[in-house]
Amino acid sequence: MSEIEVAGKTYELDEDGFLVDPEEWNMDIAKYFAEVEEIEMTEAHWEVVNFLRDYFKQFNIAPMIKILVKEIGKKMGPDKGNTKYLYQLYPSGPAKQACKIAGLPKPTGCV
Amino acid sequence: MAKLPKPEELGKVDYIPPMTPWMETPVEFKPGTFCNAAKEKSLAGLDMPNARKWSVKDDDWQLPENWQEIIMEGLRDRLDKYRSLRLFMDICVRCGACADKCHFFIGTGDPKNMPVLRAELLRSVYRNDFTTAGKIFGKFAGARKLTIDVLKEWWYYFFQCTECRRCSVFCPYGIDTAEITIIGRELLNLLGLNIDWIMGPASACYNKGNHLGLEPHTFKSSIEFFLDDLKDITGINIEPSFNRKGAEILFVTPSGDVFADPGTYTCMGYLMLFHELGLDYTWSTYASEGGNFGFFTSFEAAKKLNYKIYAEAKRLGVKYIIGGECGHMWRLLNQYMDTWNGPADFLEVPVSPITGTRFENTKSTKMVHIAEFTADLIRHGKLNLDPSRNDHLNVTFHDSCNTSRGMGILEEPRYIINKVCKNFYEMPENTIREKTFCCGSGSGLNASENMEMRMKAGLPRANAVKYVRDQHNVNMLANICAIDRAALTALMTYWVPDVTVAGVHELLGNALVMKGEKKRITDLRGEPLPGVEED
Repeated sequence: MSEIEVAGKTYELDEDGFLVDPEEWNMDIAKYFAEVEEIEMTEAHWEVVNFLRDYFKQFNIAPMIKILVKEIGKKMGPDKGNTKYLYQLYPSGPAKQACKIAGLPKPTGCV
Repeated sequence: MAKLPKPEELGKVDYIPPMTPWMETPVEFKPGTFCNAAKEKSLAGLDMPNARKWSVKDDDWQLPENWQEIIMEGLRDRLDKYRSLRLFMDICVRCGACADKCHFFIGTGDPKNMPVLRAELLRSVYRNDFTTAGKIFGKFAGARKLTIDVLKEWWYYFFQCTECRRCSVFCPYGIDTAEITIIGRELLNLLGLNIDWIMGPASACYNKGNHLGLEPHTFKSSIEFFLDDLKDITGINIEPSFNRKGAEILFVTPSGDVFADPGTYTCMGYLMLFHELGLDYTWSTYASEGGNFGFFTSFEAAKKLNYKIYAEAKRLGVKYIIGGECGHMWRLLNQYMDTWNGPADFLEVPVSPITGTRFENTKSTKMVHIAEFTADLIRHGKLNLDPSRNDHLNVTFHDSCNTSRGMGILEEPRYIINKVCKNFYEMPENTIREKTFCCGSGSGLNASENMEMRMKAGLPRANAVKYVRDQHNVNMLANICAIDRAALTALMTYWVPDVTVAGVHELLGNALVMKGEKKRITDLRGEPLPGVEED
């Protein structure tokens, strides 16, 4: 549990460094997380983050990895619809890095 | 997050005990070997005591001023309530038969992970305050006072036991160390000292119906996603129902099956099987969790979460319940559910509508295990199976601690696997069935921040898998538990990378020849079936 200040606003982070309140998410904090994770955000990276945000708004949870894979395939072309591509964008794993940048909480349980 | 050491380093276990006596050996909270503290929101979500912000790494755990009194009162209550606890506190002769049976001890070499010593952490305090010898002779009688360091030691080691009960198989007195851990965790929970990987799911389950917090529309949309994939693979339209009143059967499975690979493929297997049978069954978005992380918190919490299965069965007016591939869910159903939330006198003893088999063994809970249900179907020749579709797999089976030691499901999954796969190999005798080695991440310890400890604790299981991989080229580790499917996947990636993990009903789904299906060219994972070409 810690607090950080980005562009004059204070945010609470959990012990994994994820945003505690997904409602507080904005571009400033997304860019801050990307820097922490050492990811240079391209359009392709944002495509993933935006999908995660949209999905979260609708379903209140991060999507299953295979839903993410399928959606990205639809949007970016079939050659991109695989986990390998997502790992190229987010080397430590889309669930960890992309969800963190998108301000989503980590799913817990038998996962 | 702590960096995970390489397998070569972690595989070197030092069994030389510390020079200092155990009571004088302090606990080292090394990152990677413990889980994060329960969040305030998670504690409050299930109305647990002392909901507040705290961190394991802080010196001050933000305890109430009278915390010692709360623990002592809690211990006294439980000694009065559970005769088993008093017995387990009194009768251990410290023979040491359990010492090297624990996967945590084998993987860490830490003497406090010997089940006898783990129990002694609590027993020493019990002696001090509840026995005459302890009150008079103190340390000479193995007694010690409850201090903040003792409390922290409890926390570290009671969340370093997966309640797997392997040690109890070897105890000549039948002491169940899992029950001691359970009580230890209950006491810690009186002070709000849970881990978030347990408290988060338990709270989500209470408030939203399942551990993952899948809301009804999310739960339904996940299953619909699988149906799309199944349509592509088999050409068949499957249309299950949700929350349908008047269905004959309610189906309940852990929410991991609906969300996390490879459990999702197991879920596809259930959907295919039930469709093929034309089973009159329904899913529920309310009783949408078979597992029960409340059980890793306190009996009261477990009872609260377990309640909704019967409540939903009653509301929908079903005749009985089928339960999916889950581990601890079955220990609860088999050993506690009837006492907590029974009698289920509004239900009928399960009778398979296909074979007419009456599952007499389930007559108190009215809940039948899917492995029993499916094995019975195969036994009566009711399924058309093509095991050659699993020919690329050399399979071994991991007995989940809870289904094997907790209820004796040993033969049914093996029977199914042998009918749906041609190549099945057992791991060594002392690592399977009642003597199975835990995945190392059970009882809610499967958090990512705990990865080093999980890999250490899973070493004995991984070692046995490595043995059959080397002997028989085993490349598939089958199981019937959702925690296993998640935990063993991580364990194999770390220790035995060429072995993958699957639920038994995924293998069944691959082999199941369905009426009107198109030629299968891929398995349920979308991987091409070897030797099969597209027309």
